[in-house]
Amino acid sequence: MAPRLKLFLPLLIFVVLAGFLYRGLSLDPMALPSALIDKPLPAFTLTALADGRELSREDVIGEPALFNVWATWCISCRAEHPYLQQLADRGVPIYGINYKDEDEAARRWLRELGDPYRVNIVDREGTLGVDLGVYGAPETYLVDAAGVIRYRHVGVVDDRVWRDTLEPIWHEVLAMGQQP
Amino acid sequence: MLSLCALLLVSVHSGAVIETYEFSTPALEARYQLLSEELRCPKCQNQNIADSNAPISQDLRRLLHQQLEAGASDEEILEFMVARYGEFVRYRPAFNTVTAVLWLAPLILLFAGVAGLLLILRGRRDGAASLTEADQAKLAALLQTPEKDA
Repeated sequence: MAPRLKLFLPLLIFVVLAGFLYRGLSLDPMALPSALIDKPLPAFTLTALADGRELSREDVIGEPALFNVWATWCISCRAEHPYLQQLADRGVPIYGINYKDEDEAARRWLRELGDPYRVNIVDREGTLGVDLGVYGAPETYLVDAAGVIRYRHVGVVDDRVWRDTLEPIWHEVLAMGQQP
Repeated sequence: MLSLCALLLVSVHSGAVIETYEFSTPALEARYQLLSEELRCPKCQNQNIADSNAPISQDLRRLLHQQLEAGASDEEILEFMVARYGEFVRYRPAFNTVTAVLWLAPLILLFAGVAGLLLILRGRRDGAASLTEADQAKLAALLQTPEKDA
């Protein structure tokens, strides 16, 4: 290498390094891609929160829907709740997965705050949670009509998350369902 | 002071592991220890599930115990975990196309470093030998010039 070009080596290293570090500024180190994207919703046999009847995978698939993992011990779920109600009022089907919770507390929560869910699956031991790769609450899965998981959002679903992330996939999934 | 430190250590340790499991054989228990140290907690990302008291780690420890007692092999258990939580849950990820960079980067960097060092060393040796006789004379003259501002 020519000696004069060699002088630019530190600058080159700096630019490359700065590029990586700049990219790092906008990455979320906690973000964890779901291993279940484009995989079918796992099978389960659990009970419904409202009346204790048995529920399985076949009872909750068939149309595009959101699956929301929540619990009464989860503070962010309380913040998320009014927005889920709004989505439900707009006609988005939402199934609840009541994750590692107490039935009575969960029923009281729904009485007091309203119930945006089609039905609530009681996952007291967190077994469905583990099959879904849930590691906290709230988490929201977008499942298509064939029962395939299309997206997983970790954290609160609010207006911004819905508009920027979930809604485009939601429309895509709806459009896919309408094709013969 | 020493006893205070000891107390702190003890309290930290007792906070880390909550439940204990009974194993039918000591071999299973040893594998439980190894696997729970190798599996990473998805919630508290810089802890393994043996050290973490997050609810998800409790669940994964319980599953690990169940599967070990049910006779699952290490590979089966790791596959089960990776299928749900991704390659992320392993502190020693499998070697595949996605993780190739992760595994090979240290080797590549090491070779690049050694190669760079060799190049620099060779450059230095060549440089020392490349002074012509005229240059040597010039250098000697410079060195003998008395310093003017002394």
